[in-house]
Amino acid sequence: MQKIVENHEVIETVHLNENSYVLRLKSPVEIPEIHPGNFAEIQVPDTMGVFLRRPFSILDVNYKNREISFYIKAIGSGTQKLGELQPGMQVNLIYPLGNRYTIPQGLKRALIVGGGTGIAPFILLGKELKEKGIETTFLIGGRTSKDILLTDKFSEYGTIEVTTEDGSMGEKGFVTSHSLFNRNDFPFEYVYTCGPDAMMKAVGHLVTQKGVVCEASLENMMACGYGICLCCVTPTVEGNKRVCYEGPVFNVSYLKWQN
Amino acid sequence: MAKLSIKVHDLEFQNPVTVASGTFGFGEEMTKFIDLNKLGGIFVKGLTIHNREGNDYPRMAETASGMLNSVGLQNKGIDYFIKHIYPNIKDYNTHIIANVNGSTIEDYIAVTEKLNELDKVPAIELNISCPNVKQGGMLFGISCPSAIAVTDAVRKVYDKTLIVKLSPNVTDIAEMAKAVEGAGADSVSLINTLLGMAINAEKRKPVLSTITGGLSGPAIKPVALRMVWQVYKAVKIPVIGMGGIMNATDAIEFFLAGSSAIQVGTANFIDPAISLKIITGINEYLDRHNFDCVEDLIGALEV
Repeated sequence: MQKIVENHEVIETVHLNENSYVLRLKSPVEIPEIHPGNFAEIQVPDTMGVFLRRPFSILDVNYKNREISFYIKAIGSGTQKLGELQPGMQVNLIYPLGNRYTIPQGLKRALIVGGGTGIAPFILLGKELKEKGIETTFLIGGRTSKDILLTDKFSEYGTIEVTTEDGSMGEKGFVTSHSLFNRNDFPFEYVYTCGPDAMMKAVGHLVTQKGVVCEASLENMMACGYGICLCCVTPTVEGNKRVCYEGPVFNVSYLKWQN
Repeated sequence: MAKLSIKVHDLEFQNPVTVASGTFGFGEEMTKFIDLNKLGGIFVKGLTIHNREGNDYPRMAETASGMLNSVGLQNKGIDYFIKHIYPNIKDYNTHIIANVNGSTIEDYIAVTEKLNELDKVPAIELNISCPNVKQGGMLFGISCPSAIAVTDAVRKVYDKTLIVKLSPNVTDIAEMAKAVEGAGADSVSLINTLLGMAINAEKRKPVLSTITGGLSGPAIKPVALRMVWQVYKAVKIPVIGMGGIMNATDAIEFFLAGSSAIQVGTANFIDPAISLKIITGINEYLDRHNFDCVEDLIGALEV
């Protein structure tokens, strides 16, 4: 896979709520092919204390306009700083990194389950599933209705289901308590998940019990993002594997989830 | 253009810029970013006699101008390296240098004996300074008698260039360097990481699964420069310097302090092409200051 290391120009930063935003960037060169699940390492410009790059799933890409975007939640000094970038400023990116969600031949119905920043890879995934004629349902969870973002985008590619912990939108509870998991006829042959570890573990457990394959995209702390530091490993049935290189997407039955 | 080639013992390097063990894998992952043939050398990921899974996650903590790691020498063992990795990297036009680790002197000897047979590995780096393993590692490198014992044992079974990687976690680095020089080392490389720790105050817990880890990055550069300088003055064998080198200016500083060659480490995590940019920058510096060769910079600090 061809990779680029390039300064990108900030087109705009679109704030979605108090701490989440979409960063839109323009590449100086042709954007290499991006697959759902791929991520980029972004260098936070001129910040003391933010020494390493930050990894982010690629939200969307427009090859013709050389545009690439990221969905970012400001949780630390690095993600905060990136949210303050102004149009015209330059930021250095390395991508595409990591593996991708797989779409098996003959798949008819897929379920995508996510929460928090875990929803980032779902636009590219939804797009590809739709292109392949696969019927897709998005199940998005959050604490309140304010956390349910980007659903207008997802609705272009499939049906939307929502859970909130306070019941302010969709069904009340966690994603795993959604009624679609309790139906006798679980109609999905494949489940994709990304979000907080606890959520992915619960989803993976629930889904594999039904005999359905589940792929999860992991978010371990990384130093490099391209397989050389061995810091982001996760235990698997074949020993420790690099989340940035063999992952970030893993079949959950291959993982040995830590508690 | 100035002459960039240098010699470490009787081994000639096409340029003095190499990459540090543990910060570049076995080079294979990096071929997507740079031409490995342009490097002076690659110190590949640390090898042990048997497969090691390394320490539990989390193994990394970002710190001010640096990072802590406690990877713990994850690797598939020397036999896997020889069978599956060496064939893929042996024909690059750069020196592949193996980093040798062990829990016991017998381990070090066993790994070294196997490496002695590999034509395209012209040198080994004896790692007696890894801070992230429970047995062996740094324990060999923080007392003179044990450093002498392991160096001497490996020297007896190794015919090619023997580089010993020193730990900065000692009272007197010059004494350690003299000790391994006396035991037959052809060169010393320094510094390995400084033992440190990071705490998550909100959770009142250590960040690393191992509590302590090795500090690297620009935060340690002043310490590294000081130690290179002290060792350079104390020994006759060439010194390979490392510790927080992020750009060509940092590299020049290490030459001035007495390094014959340098290793780029943590910087590889931020810019996969940094080592090649450093080579270009060294060239520019030499031209700008009218030096004919990089060798003229070694230990050329004016004091």
